[in-house]
Amino acid sequence: MSHVVARRANTEPRWLRLTLTAVGLGFLFLFLAVPLVAVLFQGFAKGWRAYLDGLAHPDALHAIGLTMFIAAVALPFNIAFGVAASWAVSKFDFRGKSLLITLIDLPFAISPVVAGLIFLLIFGAQGLFGPWLAEHDVKIVFALPGMIIVTLFVTFPFVARELIPLMQAQGKDEEEAAVSLGASGWQMFFRVTLPNIRWGLLYGVILANARAMGEFGAVSVVSGHIRGETNTLPLHVEIVYNEYNVVGAFAAASVLALLALVTLALKTLVEWKMRQEIREQRAELPPERTE
Amino acid sequence: MKRVLPGFGLSLGFTLVYLSLLVLLPLSGLVFKSSALSLGQFWDIATGERALASYRVSFGASLLAALINAFFGLIVAWVLVRYSFPGKRFVDSLVDLPFALPTAVAGITLATLYADTGWIGRHLDPLGLKVAFTPLGIVVALTFIGLPFVVRTLQPVIEDIEPEVEEAAATLGATRWQTFRRVLLPGILPALLTGFTLAFSRAIGEYGSVIFIAGNMPLISEITPLLIISKLEQYDVIGATALACVMLAISFLLLLAVNGLQWWAANRHRGKEGALS
Amino acid sequence: MSGSIRKLLAGALATGWMAAALPVFAQTSLLNVSYDVARDFYRDYNPLFQKYWKEKTGAPIEIKQSHAGSSKQVRAVADGLEADVVTMNQASDVDFLADKGLVARDYATKFPDNASPYTSTMVFIVRKGNPKGLRDWPDLVEPGVQVILPHPKNTGNGRYSYLAAWGYALRQPGGNDGTALEFVGKLLKNAPLFASGGRDATTTFMQRKIGDVLVSFESEAELIAREFGKGEFDVIYPSLSILAEFPVAIVEKVVNKKGTRKEAQAYLEHLWSKDGQENAAQNYLRPRDAGVREKYAAQFPPIRTFSVDEVFGGWSRAFPAHFKDGGSFDQIYQSK
Repeated sequence: MSHVVARRANTEPRWLRLTLTAVGLGFLFLFLAVPLVAVLFQGFAKGWRAYLDGLAHPDALHAIGLTMFIAAVALPFNIAFGVAASWAVSKFDFRGKSLLITLIDLPFAISPVVAGLIFLLIFGAQGLFGPWLAEHDVKIVFALPGMIIVTLFVTFPFVARELIPLMQAQGKDEEEAAVSLGASGWQMFFRVTLPNIRWGLLYGVILANARAMGEFGAVSVVSGHIRGETNTLPLHVEIVYNEYNVVGAFAAASVLALLALVTLALKTLVEWKMRQEIREQRAELPPERTE
Repeated sequence: MKRVLPGFGLSLGFTLVYLSLLVLLPLSGLVFKSSALSLGQFWDIATGERALASYRVSFGASLLAALINAFFGLIVAWVLVRYSFPGKRFVDSLVDLPFALPTAVAGITLATLYADTGWIGRHLDPLGLKVAFTPLGIVVALTFIGLPFVVRTLQPVIEDIEPEVEEAAATLGATRWQTFRRVLLPGILPALLTGFTLAFSRAIGEYGSVIFIAGNMPLISEITPLLIISKLEQYDVIGATALACVMLAISFLLLLAVNGLQWWAANRHRGKEGALS
Repeated sequence: MSGSIRKLLAGALATGWMAAALPVFAQTSLLNVSYDVARDFYRDYNPLFQKYWKEKTGAPIEIKQSHAGSSKQVRAVADGLEADVVTMNQASDVDFLADKGLVARDYATKFPDNASPYTSTMVFIVRKGNPKGLRDWPDLVEPGVQVILPHPKNTGNGRYSYLAAWGYALRQPGGNDGTALEFVGKLLKNAPLFASGGRDATTTFMQRKIGDVLVSFESEAELIAREFGKGEFDVIYPSLSILAEFPVAIVEKVVNKKGTRKEAQAYLEHLWSKDGQENAAQNYLRPRDAGVREKYAAQFPPIRTFSVDEVFGGWSRAFPAHFKDGGSFDQIYQSK
């Protein structure tokens, strides 16, 4: 009896379920699947060989490597920031919280071109620190450091904004319990907080990663577009497209699209590991009792 | 009140330093640069006829796109978390696509799809619906690039809902709709608002995908970032920073309003809970 | 299959790490900062120069290329992108660098032909068989004709298209700035959209099948044929068009610092050699050398052109008059 109630309580009637699924999937089909198919369609317009040739070009390979490198360097910083910021915002009360959240959001609202521009205004030859940097022969813009800084800027809010609503919804009871039971700060964080937020964290990282790899406008301003040197994959796509090499451009774009599918692998992996852990814990239960 | 949890100073300190270095200082550089203009010059640039029209296009299309994303994003997130169907994981992983795809590729692809001759446009054309190279095209592009925000912000929160809450509500005789409205929605509303805010703010600044599908006609389908580029093309960096400052100010106020609203809603919700217990 | 993918990934990772970790080799290298559609030209030209340089001096030389929108590129150079030479598609861009003191004020006289090693012009690309019978500029302002062109204010070839139409109207009997403004206004009314760039305009016209005529560089027609097939369109030469010049210049500040003046000078000079001129012709850019021009005459039908200097008194006047805020383009779009 209670079983029936529970089932009815936790889900919608069948017709509504079907309707919602149809609407949701229809929306995704129209806005995601069709464009993806169109990209792949153009990439494969001249067959597998042309597709792979487009990717195997040294410039394309270099661009793929550079793109992954920049994302790999930029992400850890923003993860650390995101966790710290969401901890402060969601577990404590202080004045100006809305202001802080708004400032965290701000990089999203800034046009990528402007994002590039502001770093030129600071580090460019005509910029604030430009003359000093030139004197000391330090290259920031039109080199790797500038591209990393700009990537940090455009992906700045992701992890924090993913975690804040989640941690707010979770409240702080569990952490407080852990602390009152004598856990140290880091113990509490790794044993209680981190497991609770892992999905949100994962989503944030995946989004930030996707955006870091796909960013064009801001990076374009500070890259200098030097072939085989400071061209990331999105920049490579644009150049190749402008050269009337549509297959090469869309092949490279599809690589970026496929990188987005990494979610699939990551999420599956994490789920699998979790299930493994639970199983191990269950297996360990009897000895624990004897302790 | 004594704080029980540790790490407030450390986390807030780190947050503020990082935020200042990466966001606040560069942005103040932007404002500083535009201060080379006299107030009158600034005002002329900020309130030119084309500039005003572009604000309407940029903010209007962004709002519409964010609303579309909030509505469908909620459904998508709900379906992806609660229901099971074949190919669900694949669909789930598709959601991040708009971020990974370079915006130019998205713009080119969407323009081709929605042009009169495109896969989608050819079905809309007989209905008299022109999407590519009209303001509607801008909405389509902005919906595309903001899509992951709502879905990805809602998913972890929906996953986190304890089934006992709904069961309890049902046992107390609530209909499914009542349960959703009274019990579930207040819990996910902050996340929904966050997703909406993020999709909205991202749309305001977007340039790369929009210019391919907008048509870029002055007074009709010109977005503000395009006017900024136009200034830069004239080597008018200061003029560009002036427009950028206007956008920054409007975005900041809008975001502050939404975030304030959210904080207020959360407090009210918590207040009610407090009153109940 | 999986082997090649693994190789691909390994290669990508390795090159990425190398880019990050390895300093640039000590070999002399030049950075040529150029506009976006010049890629094919310099891809073919650089090996020619490298061979010539090796034969002449015995030393190898590395040439790095950077391509993007023309004015974006010169802004980058002004902001510190260390270009030894710039090769642009309109003089206003190089003028900007001269204003900033990076390029000699008299750069146009440092090399022959206004420092422009080749030229091109604006032509019409129409649907196969020219169904609307478009022959000259006045046909483009007829009601019901859709004209595709890149944004006239924000893109290099959009500006050339705009000035071509303006100059044509000015050169008609009784033509003055007023009639030209009206003529160009009518032309722009026939544009259903402004493409974000030359390449986007082509895609819109060829792939999305929008519009009756695409106004574009003559050299672009060849690229279009390569992608979409020769039989898909006709090229129409109007009675009068604009002479597009592509100025090159040495970035004084950078070559002084790097000590690469000799190499940079030779690199640009060689553009006027037989090899360089032939390479231009092969990329459908009109060579300056009379002999080479003769050899490729079939490729370049005669067309009457005017230069920006002749009709507009140079880019330094044309740019503010038409493309700055409040210029003629903005006047056309002022609501009354």
